[in-house]
Amino acid sequence: MAQTTDQRYRVTPVRPQSRQYPFPLNLYQSAVGRKWVMAITGIGLIGFVLVHMVGNLHVYEGPAGMHKYAESLRTLGNGLIPKGAVLWLLRVGLLGMFVLHLHSAITLSRMSGNASENAGRISGAKKYEGGRDHVAATFASRTMRWTGPIIALFLFYHLADLTWGWWLGDAFVPGDPYHNVSTSLGNLPVAVLYVVANVALAWHIFHGAWSMFQSLGVNNPRYNQLRRGLATFLAGLILVGNLSFPILTQAGLINEDKRYCPIGEIEGNACLAEQALDH
Amino acid sequence: MSSGHSETINVTLKVWRQEGPNENGGFEVHQQTISTDASFLEMLDQLNEQLNEVGTEPLAFESDCREGICGTCGVMINGRAHGPQTATATCQLHMREFHDGDEIVVEPFRAAGFPVIRDLAVDRSPLDRIIESGGYISVNTGAASDANLTPVPKAAADMAFDAAACIGCGACVAACPNSAAQLFTSAKIGHLGLLPQGQAERWSRTENMVETMEEFFGSCTNHGECSAACPKEISLDFIAFMNRDYVKAKIKNRALAGQH
Repeated sequence: MAQTTDQRYRVTPVRPQSRQYPFPLNLYQSAVGRKWVMAITGIGLIGFVLVHMVGNLHVYEGPAGMHKYAESLRTLGNGLIPKGAVLWLLRVGLLGMFVLHLHSAITLSRMSGNASENAGRISGAKKYEGGRDHVAATFASRTMRWTGPIIALFLFYHLADLTWGWWLGDAFVPGDPYHNVSTSLGNLPVAVLYVVANVALAWHIFHGAWSMFQSLGVNNPRYNQLRRGLATFLAGLILVGNLSFPILTQAGLINEDKRYCPIGEIEGNACLAEQALDH
Repeated sequence: MSSGHSETINVTLKVWRQEGPNENGGFEVHQQTISTDASFLEMLDQLNEQLNEVGTEPLAFESDCREGICGTCGVMINGRAHGPQTATATCQLHMREFHDGDEIVVEPFRAAGFPVIRDLAVDRSPLDRIIESGGYISVNTGAASDANLTPVPKAAADMAFDAAACIGCGACVAACPNSAAQLFTSAKIGHLGLLPQGQAERWSRTENMVETMEEFFGSCTNHGECSAACPKEISLDFIAFMNRDYVKAKIKNRALAGQH
């Protein structure tokens, strides 16, 4: 008796279990495991953003300093492996982390959407007529699905801007990052775009850098209080560092007047050595 | 406790009515005059008496103990699971939390895993599926063992008790923007996994309960809405413990489990 009613009214799963793949792929099959992957890749990506920001501070040393920094990235591990190999290894790793981070985010939010299809109310989103009174969720946590895509789109713009030189056209000089940065960010709309995107990035990190502790299960009452502080610190540091570039370019601190060597001719050469002597 | 100050207020109730799981539902508006000493469910009882008198179908809602320990009751009140008062189940909510002239919107808990049975009553059996998949310990029954035969550290006992306070009402799922059941599942896993009696099945329990949970519910994004809505104030820490144990369980070689 009980069994028949049980069968008739059994709630249908929205995501029936499928056969498990062998370890470690089975971790990625579960949402908890996927959040774990999101946290790990998130740490890697935050690490990249930090290193990228700190490295870019070389721009304040002028064209030669920036050039030397850019060159040293290409010659990482020099003497052991061919030029650029370490850089490409890092790029492939970054791309992999980015793809995994994105793929888990998209699939998990779809899973949550499916789990929120409301009985009796035919709509994709979970809504309550009485208003959705967010008590604990922060603005950052609720906008992860907006700041994420903004960052992804910006990343594409940023690569096209300063790595591939699509938008600058003839003004883009490969191997002269100082020139490219000051030209691109000297354009007010572009500077505004960089500011907006970096605010979104900091906002994303503000929730992400806290959330990853929960996803990884790194939780101990002794230091739980520090987690929010660390996330705020990281987001703030990245925000201040990254915003300084477009703002100070607009303010005229990063500009071509600082240049001793002709544009595009630092490579290789006498001018750089000359400048090094000057200092 | 009572200040002796009770008054009568008029409220406008906007309640969800739905005849069955596959019917379309809608809101119905009712005026209620009620003492501020009445509980929220007593107000719904009063509404049902009035509906009975005029021969209309009474409003279906669930309740049992009415003292906040069984987890049967639970509705969304003005967009908050169990209403505006923190750490309180719907049955323990009183009308003194409302003011004269308030409009109160009453809806069922929403999630694909909680289909509406009728009106405000939802089917929370997916939570039972999660419990069935691992929310137990296997022991030989027989003569009762001596009390305190198995020593339990005080701190672990306290923590396990905090987790065991979960009444399984489903407010966490209802409040979660992702309809995730992480808080419920982690409380059940935590309460057994913290105690010595729960160790033997710790890893298989975590795997099975998490995987069953993911059949019905969404994915946690660490908003913290669940814990804020929880009538028993279960901590988000249990979710972190569950996540940690799940990944460990996947990696662990069970034959060496005793060596951790």
